[in-house]
Amino acid sequence: MIKITNLHKQYGELEVLKGIDLDVPKGEVLSVIGSSGSGKSTLLYCINGLEPIQKGQIIVDDIDVHASDTNLNSVRQNMGMVFQQWNSFPHLTVLENVALAPKIVSKLSKKEALEVAEKQLLHVGLGDKLTQYPSALSGGQQQRLAIARALAMEPKCMLFDEATSALDPELVGEVLDTIRLLADEGMTMICVTHEMGFAREVSDRVAFFHEGKIEEINQPEELFGSAKSKYLQKFLSKVKT
Amino acid sequence: MDYNFHWRPVFKSLPDLLESALLTLEVAILSMILGILFGLALSLIRIKMTGPLKWFAVSWIELARNTPALLQLFFFGFGLGAFGIHFSPFLIVLLGLTFNNSGYLAENFRGGFNSIPETQIRASLSLGMNSFQTYTRIIIPQVLRVVYHPMTNQMVWAVLMSSLGMLVGFRELSGETQFFASKTYRIFEYFAATAIIYYVIVKIILGLSRLMASRLFKY
Repeated sequence: MIKITNLHKQYGELEVLKGIDLDVPKGEVLSVIGSSGSGKSTLLYCINGLEPIQKGQIIVDDIDVHASDTNLNSVRQNMGMVFQQWNSFPHLTVLENVALAPKIVSKLSKKEALEVAEKQLLHVGLGDKLTQYPSALSGGQQQRLAIARALAMEPKCMLFDEATSALDPELVGEVLDTIRLLADEGMTMICVTHEMGFAREVSDRVAFFHEGKIEEINQPEELFGSAKSKYLQKFLSKVKT
Repeated sequence: MDYNFHWRPVFKSLPDLLESALLTLEVAILSMILGILFGLALSLIRIKMTGPLKWFAVSWIELARNTPALLQLFFFGFGLGAFGIHFSPFLIVLLGLTFNNSGYLAENFRGGFNSIPETQIRASLSLGMNSFQTYTRIIIPQVLRVVYHPMTNQMVWAVLMSSLGMLVGFRELSGETQFFASKTYRIFEYFAATAIIYYVIVKIILGLSRLMASRLFKY
């Protein structure tokens, strides 16, 4: 589904990703952990084509994302992305937030787009907020709105960039529950996260990033239970698991 | 004080004054519509581009904001006239006000664009929208809210500035007032009446603007 080979990414002089090889098969939930600045979020931006890459290749669903003849807009339609800052569109109602892209990108009729939007909002438990504006929603609700908005494009995979990091602690649970729901439904997902408990419980595999490289990647029990890398051991000893 | 007020001539020519007030409104509204379009373009050029086009936009904005509006009007009247390019008084005022509005609005728009977080662009691109859709559906609607009140101010300003038109021979409200005042020598009475008409026009604009804002911005 997502195949990354020898990915290098630089911001000017600073090399953020130093040769990433990663293969995420269909239906897998991969969590990416690591300290800040290790390149986790940058990886997602590269997969989504929001950041250019210097070397290597990213293939998503048989399409080379960074090839010059690739239409990024159509690649992105197959990839949902949820950001740390939930980024609801403040000038649109909850329903319009979700219905917009299906209408103008997937070219659904207004009626179809609204139906899709309503379905996805019910899916994430926001069925009673359709006519509200995002400003009336809590952070957790806005993040679920962002998930519904991405799902409405019927993506083949989802990328989560620290989806719960900006939330108040008591709101983290509802968002994780929603992501868990998607995992149960078999969605292919890459979740950059600081929630070790979540990574352990939901993921099929967990990748530990250290200084722009995948230091260790394994099934959660192995990775958390018997870490081989000394950096990972150090990292795990600092975060509560 | 031995000045005797004579209001009758003013009342008699009130229909003419009101008709010229429509001309004032017309030129102000047109200059605002053009000013918004040019201002938007100038701000985007200033933010996004480099090279001669940016240099052009910055010069326009700087000149419009930092020189007297009257001189800007004179440029389109007497300035270009000296090179054999002649416009009608209406067009001189329209061009002058448009030039001025564009410069001020461009800076308002620039502030508006800068106030929208970069992440809004990323979010809409990630949904598969192209840049054009991102700007027209997500960014500009939010910018319009930020610049709405400055834009209302500019509209009021355009109405008041159009009175400079009388100095280039345009018979808008002030020009018409000047015409009657010098014909009847009732200078104070005419300009007092005209001041009231301006005041009412501005109050109506502010009222309409508030009404529109409550309709447009529900969030």
